[in-house]
Amino acid sequence: MITALVRPSKVDAVKTALVALDIVGMTVSDVRGFGRQKGQVERYRGNEFTVDFLLKSKILVVVDDAKVETAIQAITEAARTGEIGDGKIFVNSVETAIRIRTGDRGDSAL
Amino acid sequence: MAFVPLVSGGFTPLTVFDRWRRRFLAGVQDPQLRRSAFVMIGIAAGLAPLMAGAAHAALPKAVNDGADTLLMLIGSALVLLMTPGLAFFYGGFTRSKNVLNTMMMSFFLMGLIGVLWVVIGYSLAFDSGFKSPFIGGLGAMWMNGVGGEFGDAPLADGFNLSASSFALFQGMFAIITPALISGAIVERVSFKAWFWFCLIWSLLIYSPMAKMVWGGGFLGPFGSIGAIDFAGGTVVHIASGVAALVAAAIIGERSTWPNSKRPPHNVPFILLGAGLLWFGWFGFNGASMFAAKTAGYPFLTTTTSASAGLLAWCLIEWFKDGKPTAVGAATGAVAGLVGITPGAGFVYIPQSILIGALTALACFIAVQIKAAIKFDDSLDTFMVHGVGGTVGALLTGILAAKSLVSADYFPLSAKIMEEGGNAGLFIAQFKAVLFTYGFVGLGTALILWFLKLFMPLRVNENDEERGLDFVAHGEEAYDPMTN
Repeated sequence: MITALVRPSKVDAVKTALVALDIVGMTVSDVRGFGRQKGQVERYRGNEFTVDFLLKSKILVVVDDAKVETAIQAITEAARTGEIGDGKIFVNSVETAIRIRTGDRGDSAL
Repeated sequence: MAFVPLVSGGFTPLTVFDRWRRRFLAGVQDPQLRRSAFVMIGIAAGLAPLMAGAAHAALPKAVNDGADTLLMLIGSALVLLMTPGLAFFYGGFTRSKNVLNTMMMSFFLMGLIGVLWVVIGYSLAFDSGFKSPFIGGLGAMWMNGVGGEFGDAPLADGFNLSASSFALFQGMFAIITPALISGAIVERVSFKAWFWFCLIWSLLIYSPMAKMVWGGGFLGPFGSIGAIDFAGGTVVHIASGVAALVAAAIIGERSTWPNSKRPPHNVPFILLGAGLLWFGWFGFNGASMFAAKTAGYPFLTTTTSASAGLLAWCLIEWFKDGKPTAVGAATGAVAGLVGITPGAGFVYIPQSILIGALTALACFIAVQIKAAIKFDDSLDTFMVHGVGGTVGALLTGILAAKSLVSADYFPLSAKIMEEGGNAGLFIAQFKAVLFTYGFVGLGTALILWFLKLFMPLRVNENDEERGLDFVAHGEEAYDPMTN
């Protein structure tokens, strides 16, 4: 399972890159957080507000083991701008997967 | 036209009606006829039906002019829309857990004050039963005697608007004025306390202020001070601003303030609200001309001042912080609109632009000072409406054109200008502003202290943290589980 935290503006590019690798199916959610980028300063009526948590998109993809490295590479390339704040990728292993409609288990459920 | 002293002592007619009178009686030179016109105003306000017969005979029958009445009806609809507009304007600034409560503090008053105005508020402001320069009377309660059975009769001979359209138009002002106050005390005030505060404040502060400035009372051109206020710089904006300042001081700051300040939760709401306010302000200022033919003039000064205010605020930000902001554009426009309100029919176009720009500058500085001294007037109600209204009222004194302040309608004010020029009028405006600060400030404090004896003015800290949308109304504005 690959969890990628990326800029919201890069979600479409990541999706396109993964679909091109024939990785179909992903879950995207809006999340907030901070890393090295820290927050940003906003001004309203001349008053400054520091917004500590910035909006990111969390992409969840489960792929079969053989595709993990290519998927990571595709996500990295698609989501990179080179500036601080491009995000992170985490990889875990998944015990099993079940397709609710059919009850299929394992790789065939992906 | 020479000034003819028409009234004496504190018992004076409604000055606002008097603008209509000009149009109808422009050619009537006879002092006796003029005197009769004023008597008729008293009747119209439900004062003394017995006088009607005698005065009636002296005047030509007034006509309900369709165009003028229509201006008032359109104006009423426009001003009504300002209240939901204000709800959006304020709602955008708050945290998302308090947006419904904030909007209800304005929207709800369309119900409460809407009923209250018809029942007694109008009468306290525009009746003359008490023969006092400070408060009206009880003769026009339930709109009794206002415009006959269908309300279509002119208020008096010499005035060609329907009485009902005037009462309706004034009611819309009564609704938005307490709504403006809410901005200073959102996110912690108890809705029950807000209900009672608005009810009492409207009767004891708003109606007397309307009487004193527009109803021929103490502060206006027929009273002792001679100040002029075209559409409510004193009655609406200074009054709501000062009340907001006092209320914020007595009720206290939000428990999380200023340590965890939050930026506005919905800036597009703020722009929507400011747009609706600007749109409605055409009725607020424009229809205050009370004559369709000449209403174009205050329509024009209203929008030029708002434009100048918007532009000034954005340019200040651009120079100071490097970026013009959307919230700044909305705030600058509102500041410009507040600034021109007392002078919309009294200044020339270039002066209206100057008023808009200077008001925006003054409000901008006030907002910075407020932030620096850490005073929790949460949405800058005093900083925009109080400061803007004050600057507008004083600038009206400095910039009013003599030719636009007619001796027929504004006898004392015109006399002051004749003798002391704009400096003289400035002093009159200053006195009226000072009186309003004292009267509204003290009155608001007394009402709040009185209410405090019966109920807590604010919610407890837990409820404040939970959010007032749920605590006060059992609702959530943005619930993710509603699909």
